[in-house]
Amino acid sequence: MANFLVWCVWFVAAFACLVSALAVVSFRNPFYSALSLIGNLASLAVLYLLLAGEFVAAAQVLVYGGAVMVMFLFVIAYLGDRTEESPWSGGPSWQVLGAVAAGGAVLTEVIVVVGLSAGGFLSKPAHIERSFGTPASIGRLFLTDHLIAFEVTSIVLLVAAVAGVVLGAHARRLEGDARA
Amino acid sequence: MHGPDIQWYVILSALLFATGALGVMLRRSPLIILLSVEIMLNASNLLLIAFSRLHGREDGQIFAISVMAVAASEDVVGLGLIVAMGRRNVELDVDKLRTLRG
Repeated sequence: MANFLVWCVWFVAAFACLVSALAVVSFRNPFYSALSLIGNLASLAVLYLLLAGEFVAAAQVLVYGGAVMVMFLFVIAYLGDRTEESPWSGGPSWQVLGAVAAGGAVLTEVIVVVGLSAGGFLSKPAHIERSFGTPASIGRLFLTDHLIAFEVTSIVLLVAAVAGVVLGAHARRLEGDARA
Repeated sequence: MHGPDIQWYVILSALLFATGALGVMLRRSPLIILLSVEIMLNASNLLLIAFSRLHGREDGQIFAISVMAVAASEDVVGLGLIVAMGRRNVELDVDKLRTLRG
């Protein structure tokens, strides 16, 4: 019974995930695209919960679905209504080329997965403790085994913040030049 | 592990990645291209967490959180560029941006 429920939740989340991803790619107005990406992130968080990634699911909803998407929506609102005349690039041949490339990638991956599972490489999920994926155990790993990744992440975020300030200041200076 | 096996997650992740790649290849608006890159990064995150569960080690989740931080940094820089384009009244179309001079 529990297994059946998990399958139901999985199918609903996976379907929502795919539909919202297609919506992101196909909406003309970037505002609607950003809103559907929030749905995509939320349904991915459900899948993370099913995979015992509790802390990652919470971080996904808070950091991604909250902070990053609010930043996106602010920028889209700042730029105003810019609905595109022709949202798809290139001629029809480019679209065929893109579809063939993406379809080929999916096909390759499906073949690899089928081959790996036939070879028995993917069969048995490991037994996990109750504490798997909790904030406590993730935090312990971050401060012991993966301390360098943690520190490098903080430097990357600092550099990105400086880059954002520099780009903003540069744009403001250009605006001042245009006004003078 | 209740529910679907790892194969289902891998196939879902492949479909998500292909959707994001289609968006990057076919759309003109830099905003939508950034959003499609987010979809691709999230597809890789799903795979990292799925294999982390399969092997019973949390290192994949650590890597997924690092990917999230890198994605946030990439958004800041990309949105900064888009705002700079908007302030100079450049048309938001990646096909028409041919030079990168300031």
